[in-house]
Amino acid sequence: MKTLNRRDFGVDLGLALAAAVLLPATTARADDNMEVHIDNFVFQPAELKIKPGSTVTWTNRDDIPHTVVSAGKFRSKTLDTDDKFSFTFTNAGDYKYFCSLHPHMTGMIKVE
Amino acid sequence: MSGHNHGDDGVSRRKVLECMTWAGTGVLWTITGGVPRSLGIIDSAQAATAAAPGMTFLQISDSHVGFDKPANPNALGTLEEAINKINAMPAKPSFMIHTGDITHLSKAAEFDNADRIISQSKLDVHYVPGEHDFLDEEVKFYRERYGRGTKGQGWYSFDAGGVHFIGLVNVVDLKAGGLGNLGAEQLAWLEDDLRGKSKSMPIVLFAHIPLWTVYPEWGWGTEDGGRALEYVKGFGSVTVLNGHIHQVMQKVEGNVTFHTARSTAFPQPAPGAAPSPGPMKVEDAKLRAMLGVASVNFKQNEQRLAIIDTPLQG
Repeated sequence: MKTLNRRDFGVDLGLALAAAVLLPATTARADDNMEVHIDNFVFQPAELKIKPGSTVTWTNRDDIPHTVVSAGKFRSKTLDTDDKFSFTFTNAGDYKYFCSLHPHMTGMIKVE
Repeated sequence: MSGHNHGDDGVSRRKVLECMTWAGTGVLWTITGGVPRSLGIIDSAQAATAAAPGMTFLQISDSHVGFDKPANPNALGTLEEAINKINAMPAKPSFMIHTGDITHLSKAAEFDNADRIISQSKLDVHYVPGEHDFLDEEVKFYRERYGRGTKGQGWYSFDAGGVHFIGLVNVVDLKAGGLGNLGAEQLAWLEDDLRGKSKSMPIVLFAHIPLWTVYPEWGWGTEDGGRALEYVKGFGSVTVLNGHIHQVMQKVEGNVTFHTARSTAFPQPAPGAAPSPGPMKVEDAKLRAMLGVASVNFKQNEQRLAIIDTPLQG
């Protein structure tokens, strides 16, 4: 347990413990906090694979507001320029999402 | 190379950019003999011709009050310039329509500022919402101000000068991967609204997002817009007025004329001409020089309408 630092602890103890044993700690952290950027009306990356318990943070880098909406799953407030929205995925599955203002903008989070 | 005057690509590119960056203040519409014609509003010499018999009305769009990004740090200021130009017109129009995106973020103060400026025109204004007007948490600010007497999410119709006007809402309940959306309830209302109307009565449909498919890759179209257009098929004169794409675009199909108005806030690129449809930054001087300088003429005895884009400066 001494190999776990405070940052790993509490995010997902099981994953962190397994990661601490099997993988370099940096890889485990990269999986825990994922970023999606909105640039030029595109979610980047459009598809993201993450492990259960990971948190994804979307950042709007456009001059136009956007939203991040997955029907029945999560819904951000309107994100103005540089605003962020985070969601922690506890259950495995495919989460399709889109911008409710510009519905041609779509993305996918695969939790597996 | 191609034999025209501008031998080098730089000039051609600049000309293309000019065409892409219209950010006019509005379009003046006049209806004579049931056929709407539009005139550039900013050129007072042209506006004077609006004194011709018939009814005149204005369209402004996409004022985006609250927008302060580099493409135009003062969208409220350019809206005020547009209203000042309207007030300076020698012929007072009957009323104005605003085809949505009044505000940028649906903040109460943005709506208040927009109203403070637009009301200086002392014209009746008929609004339809853009997607930027429904962003407040409870989606109530637009409805409180402009929803009175409307149906559903804010659609309505009225008659003026022998023309039947229909304001539609296509910015609600948008589906992932899709375009603008009218929805079954509104379409049923529209069909009912048109029932029994004389086919010789000119129809003006107005909504925020283009009702025809301009460029689906950027969401510039309405999923079920074709259904609405079926209902107006039998009418002799149909004019469809939209905003959303911040540039003049038009086409004529049979008896239907489609036209999009410029924004008073910032230009957007021509379809596919940039990585995204976001606000297009041009030199400040260039932006101002382009305000309100494009006019569109519906020639009464011609099916096709002519666009005349004439810069005021430079």
